[in-house]
Amino acid sequence: MTRRYSALSLFKEGLAGQTGWKQAWRSPEPKPTYDAIIIGGGGHGLATAYYLAKNHGITRVAVLEKGWIGGGNTGRNTTVVRSNYYYPESVELYGLAHRLYEGLSKDLNYNVMLSQRGMVNLCHSTAEMEIGARTVNAMQLNGIDAELFSSEDVRRVAPIYNFSPDARFPVFGGIWQGRAGTARHDAVAWGYARAASRLGVDIIQNCEITDFIVEGGRCRGVQTTRGAIRAERIGMAVAGHSSVLATKAGFRLPINSYALQACVSEPVKPILDTVVLSPGCGVYVSQSDKGEIVIGGGLDRVPSYAQRGNLPKLETVIAGLLEMFPIFGQLKLMRQWAGIVDVVPDSSPIIGPSPLPNLFLNCGWGTGGFKAIPSGGTLLANLLATGKHNDISRPFDLDRFASGRLIDEAAGSGIAH
Amino acid sequence: MQLFPCPFCGPRDETEFHYGGDAGNARPDGAEVPIESWTNYLYLRSNPKGTAREIWVHMSCGEFFVMERDTVTHKVLSSTALGGEHAA
Amino acid sequence: MSAARLATGGSAIDRSRPIRFSFDGASVDGFAGDTIASALLANDIAVVGRSFKYHRPRGIWGAGVEEPNALVDIGGPQASPNTRATTEPARDGLVAKSVNAMPNALSDRNAFLDRFARFIPAAFYYKTFMWPDWHMFEPRIRAMAGLGKVDTDWTSPGTADQVNHHCDVLVVGAGPAGLATARMAAGAGLSVTLVDDQREPGGSLGHRAGEIDGKPVAMWIEETVAVLTAGGHLILPSTTAFGIYDHDLVGLNQRHFDGRRDTLWRVRPRHIVLATGAIERPLPFANNDLPGVLSADAALAYLRRHAVLVGRRVVVATNNDSAYEVAAALAEAGADVTLVDIRRDGIPETPAKVRLVKGRALAAAMGRLRVEGVTLDDGTRLDADCVLVSGGWTPTIHLFGQAKGKLAWSGARAAFLPGDPVDGISVAGAAAGSVSLSEVFADARTAVAPLGPTTAALPRSTGPEATGGIVAAWPVPGSKGRIWIDYQNDVTVKDVELAARENFVSVEHLKRYTTLGMATDQGKTSNLPGLALMAGITGRTVPEVGTTTYRPPFTPVPLASFAGARVGELMAPVRRLPLESVHRESGAIFQEYGGWLRPAHYGGRGADTDRAIQDEALRARRSVALFDGSTLGKIEVIGPKAAAFVDFLYYNTMSTLKPGRCRYGFMLSENGVVFDDGVLVRLDEHRFVVSCSSSHVAAVHARLEEWRQDRFGRDAVYIHNATSDMATLTVSGPNARKLLETIDLGRSLDDADLPHMAIGHGSYGGDAVRIARVSFTGDRSYEISIPADRAEPLWAHLRQAGQAFDAVVIGLEALMILRAEKGFIVIGKDTDGTTLPHDLGSEGPRTKRQTEYVGRRSLFTEEASRGDRLQLVGLTVPSGEAPLPTGAHGIKRESGRLHSQGFVTSSYRSPTLGRPIALALIERGAARHGETIEVQHLGKVRTATIAAPCAFDPAGDRLHA
Ligand SMILES: Cc1cc2nc3c(=O)[nH]c(=O)nc-3n(C[C@H](O)[C@H](O)[C@H](O)COP(=O)(O)OP(=O)(O)OC[C@H]3O[C@@H](n4cnc5c(N)ncnc54)[C@H](O)[C@@H]3O)c2cc1C
Ligand SMILES: [Zn+2]
Repeated sequence: MTRRYSALSLFKEGLAGQTGWKQAWRSPEPKPTYDAIIIGGGGHGLATAYYLAKNHGITRVAVLEKGWIGGGNTGRNTTVVRSNYYYPESVELYGLAHRLYEGLSKDLNYNVMLSQRGMVNLCHSTAEMEIGARTVNAMQLNGIDAELFSSEDVRRVAPIYNFSPDARFPVFGGIWQGRAGTARHDAVAWGYARAASRLGVDIIQNCEITDFIVEGGRCRGVQTTRGAIRAERIGMAVAGHSSVLATKAGFRLPINSYALQACVSEPVKPILDTVVLSPGCGVYVSQSDKGEIVIGGGLDRVPSYAQRGNLPKLETVIAGLLEMFPIFGQLKLMRQWAGIVDVVPDSSPIIGPSPLPNLFLNCGWGTGGFKAIPSGGTLLANLLATGKHNDISRPFDLDRFASGRLIDEAAGSGIAH
Repeated sequence: MQLFPCPFCGPRDETEFHYGGDAGNARPDGAEVPIESWTNYLYLRSNPKGTAREIWVHMSCGEFFVMERDTVTHKVLSSTALGGEHAA
Repeated sequence: MSAARLATGGSAIDRSRPIRFSFDGASVDGFAGDTIASALLANDIAVVGRSFKYHRPRGIWGAGVEEPNALVDIGGPQASPNTRATTEPARDGLVAKSVNAMPNALSDRNAFLDRFARFIPAAFYYKTFMWPDWHMFEPRIRAMAGLGKVDTDWTSPGTADQVNHHCDVLVVGAGPAGLATARMAAGAGLSVTLVDDQREPGGSLGHRAGEIDGKPVAMWIEETVAVLTAGGHLILPSTTAFGIYDHDLVGLNQRHFDGRRDTLWRVRPRHIVLATGAIERPLPFANNDLPGVLSADAALAYLRRHAVLVGRRVVVATNNDSAYEVAAALAEAGADVTLVDIRRDGIPETPAKVRLVKGRALAAAMGRLRVEGVTLDDGTRLDADCVLVSGGWTPTIHLFGQAKGKLAWSGARAAFLPGDPVDGISVAGAAAGSVSLSEVFADARTAVAPLGPTTAALPRSTGPEATGGIVAAWPVPGSKGRIWIDYQNDVTVKDVELAARENFVSVEHLKRYTTLGMATDQGKTSNLPGLALMAGITGRTVPEVGTTTYRPPFTPVPLASFAGARVGELMAPVRRLPLESVHRESGAIFQEYGGWLRPAHYGGRGADTDRAIQDEALRARRSVALFDGSTLGKIEVIGPKAAAFVDFLYYNTMSTLKPGRCRYGFMLSENGVVFDDGVLVRLDEHRFVVSCSSSHVAAVHARLEEWRQDRFGRDAVYIHNATSDMATLTVSGPNARKLLETIDLGRSLDDADLPHMAIGHGSYGGDAVRIARVSFTGDRSYEISIPADRAEPLWAHLRQAGQAFDAVVIGLEALMILRAEKGFIVIGKDTDGTTLPHDLGSEGPRTKRQTEYVGRRSLFTEEASRGDRLQLVGLTVPSGEAPLPTGAHGIKRESGRLHSQGFVTSSYRSPTLGRPIALALIERGAARHGETIEVQHLGKVRTATIAAPCAFDPAGDRLHA
């Protein structure tokens, strides 16, 4: 039986017909009680379980997933990973994630294909260049590898961009992070699942939380489609469905759920080497290792739980894409989909205790939480293990809405996630 | 493309509308309202999965109205002007 | 020689119009009416491409949209990578190239990869390339990725049309089910739109036998089309319904083949009929991906439509009745046909000239670059140059799935069929699992029944009827050899077994782990066999495994169709000034500011830009400047509660304003942040004009409407956005009044009559004008608002009269310098999304106002009361130095690290002061005037001294000078 992944084991298995591999993760029956329960088998939930076991030695842990792991936004996103944020609080959070990502394949013994080919956020006017400078300077002060690109620099990394003089959104320059890039979304979910499972975590799929068990004013477990499961510490990481669970737990969150769409073209030979975002065109785009052009844009305009793409947004996003890269006018759209994202007024996540004691939150990542999976997991694990914030998670507590201390990247830098 | 019924103009494309928030989210007035009530009003949302009562504005005519719809099926259940008139 | 064109026949081709195109550099002959695939087959070109991962040789599999193998890059103005050869018409002069092959499909440099296949199974990349680092491997893997190539020299041949369309009934698919439904719906008096992705209507009737109402099918099709056309119904051939979206909006992509780009149709039907047919499945046997293994139905289509006989020695393998007609037809056409049926009993009569082997399945196909023979499961070897397979039929219910229709498993038909009905959607024909024409027409009747009585008769099948008789033949675990499930992405039975072994048993995990069904064909032939195999491995039934989600588009759709005319300026239109052309004549250089195209400066390009701007700013202070301020918001607030209304909307108390006067103030958001600033004008007791920032007009208007309707009531206040009704021309500078007094404005401009912050009414050339004495420059200024279409003569008059005063026309850049000299802010530039009014020095209302206003409570949160907030200041640097870069940060050193303490928001060289000026938001800045701080930009540090925001005429004397 082959457990460890490596070129050698792959070779040996090749000789043996690849028959010796074990389950990537176990699928046990749920036990009646655990030390900790994590609701949601997305990246954040699975990472939480892994770090609970790894960092805190707590292994009597269950991840309860209503469908199949990684089937939420983690498996639907456009996989941009970056940490060039404006506010120091954000930099701490996303910077931690970025560093963990850089060691993740080895840590998990699972190739998550972190591809650091850089990302440029374009500036289309003098005013945007000024904000770009403000942003880059802030990032550099925060210790981030940010650079202010001239239009010539942009031409160097994205030569096929529309540099024609009558482009609707001419390029004045951009904000560049060389360490930014993409990672393979499914691999992040599966890699964490496998590593957590090996440390003893139970990953239970097709197990939907239908209610909370509340006794003495505290959360003591959950009712699920596979029976009641009890624990003294419960974390939830259910992204766009956070309000649904919050309602069952008796509180409301500062969240609206929206469909965020993405689409890919048919696969073509390498043509675009970096991630390019144009705020004017409302599009960001990269090319996957399979060759598909991966296209993302803004939220749909109608709050929704319907997990599917629609036409009006697609049309404007594609129009923006062709303005950026007119030669993509040769390509065809292959697949279109959407995920339900949890949009918070300041577009920063919520990490911390919930109004219901024993229940802890990891949500509000909205359109940008894939890049934060390693830190989101680390922080929720810390909260579940210790019951307390650390310095990195503290600013992201739900209480910031009352204190007014929002962390609004768009307000500071004009760039949301 | 969803079709929303403006109580004044009839069914129009979703792109002509703008979402305005939960219906019935009353504003507490005053510099001294407890911060909890203010935060409730300003930030907390019911965000229901299923039937929702929401404020929308039809940007073409500028009128705000209450729309009931299902956030999963996208079926529109009713649409009422703030003054109480129903959509045709 | 195995595949060849027959001397006669071929319903689709026109032998009088030969064509010639190139494939992989070789020239290929064909006829008008050929597809690229049929012409390639006619020329016996067996290897047409390479598979994605193993670079296996691949031949044509199908004759339609399901094609997984035969993808070609089309060059030229109609360039289109990864085009399906099976649906692309062959055209004279067309240049096609195989994909994923170097130098060509036949001899691909990367073919060696197949020999390493066992070391690179599904998802192998997750298990390796970690040491030393993925970055070392990725470039080479990336270089292998992708199929077709993007032509980097291509320029767009134009934009795609987009059409909005309504009809009572949209029928998708013009086979027998679709045609019959359309005809009966038309007979019910409904407007019908009938679409089909093929060039000719008829669907399977184009190559399958049958007789309808006693006529040959071709005649029936023609007649039905004629009836529909005569009735004014719309028939769109070469048109694919690719998606059903919210509220039953159907997206269609129509092809033209005449150089025009495709057309996107957005159809809003009252009722949708899906008559989309079914797709033939492969059968599992080793090397079932070899060139020369084709869908049996496709072979029949090539024979009857294109007169192409796909092989001489043909083995037809089947598990159902539909292949019998194929075997008969090929034998009739001269092929030597062996029919291998897995079934023993209940099978149709053996066709003439066909050898039947029953109760047997294929075990393997043999051959290197194309089929040379097969072995049966009993070890028998048969020679063959072609293998035709029919593994049964998968109803095409993608659109039904997209519309959230639930599927129901039918064991008898070995397929998922449409389950519970979906409102407004019917499914008919093979898509509903029907086989015989009689069943198909019965479906048509059911589909039309809810739409009302029809005068059209139900067609009758009068010929031989097709039968199904399927016995499922799914891939099974433990099979010998390499059996392909997904041809394009190289997913084999072993890969599915591996996925199961590793617990990727959910159908979505299976798909993602193995990439099954994720190729350009989106699994049209592979999904069902794949999940049936997973069911077999895991001991579940097929419905227990379930299907993956159907996602649009049904087949790939050109990006250009979605973009339509939204190209260049139409992608995001700019707003334009009424006097734009006049400014252009004066040499204005335009730039976009907050959505408006405005003169940045007049004259001076490139290196001269800065000098031109400096000159404008300097001359403006010296004598008088003219400025087109038409973008300024002018929103009227009218009604009995207008005063209370503006009080609530503004941070500053406005109701105390006297009629005829103006007041500057802030509007806040409910979170307390300054949203807009500007001057409010009180025209009379119940009438105000909100002058908001140019880029905020729409948002301010929306906000006013919201509060009006939500809090004040429609009857209490009325709001009218008059921004584009009026042009606003500004005259500013020490000589502003003198200049204006040379023009008859129908009123006195005396300071007693029109003091600073007052407005007056006058007239010009018979038009009423409004004159506001408000100043964004710090100099005496007059903003004259005149109906937009009457602005031109006044502007000309001002310019002409200005000559006597050395008046200068200034653009927005000079204005920005003038206002910055005064410390006047621009919201969004000198503020950010956290700036509260007291950060800008406006503390009064916050501490003193007793009445309610928008954003009030938020000004008293913990955060709003912090002592270390960023506050508006000026920054000075020694006069010889360059201006501070906008965006530079003030820095401080704390615990060995640099921290930001705010940033420069505006920075210019002031020609009047002869030194740089800057505005900044700095921590506790208001109390730190005179303090010198370090300022960092892109790693370089300078020093600057904190000062009051206003650097010029702090006492404001020039307003009255
Ligand atoms: C189209 C799109 C593009 C994106 N692009 C990017 C990007 O480029 N970069 C980036 O950083 N981020 C991106 N994001 C955001 C990112 O995907 C998410 O923030 C992140 O994946 C959230 O991870 P999660 O684990 O919190 O949520 P999810 O992955 O959604 O996991 C939540 C899980 O909870 C489960 N669940 C819900 N309710 C229940 C219940 N009652 N019981 C049990 N289980 C339940 C769900 O089934 C789901 O599996 C994108 C998102 C989308 C939709
Ligand atoms: Zn309306």
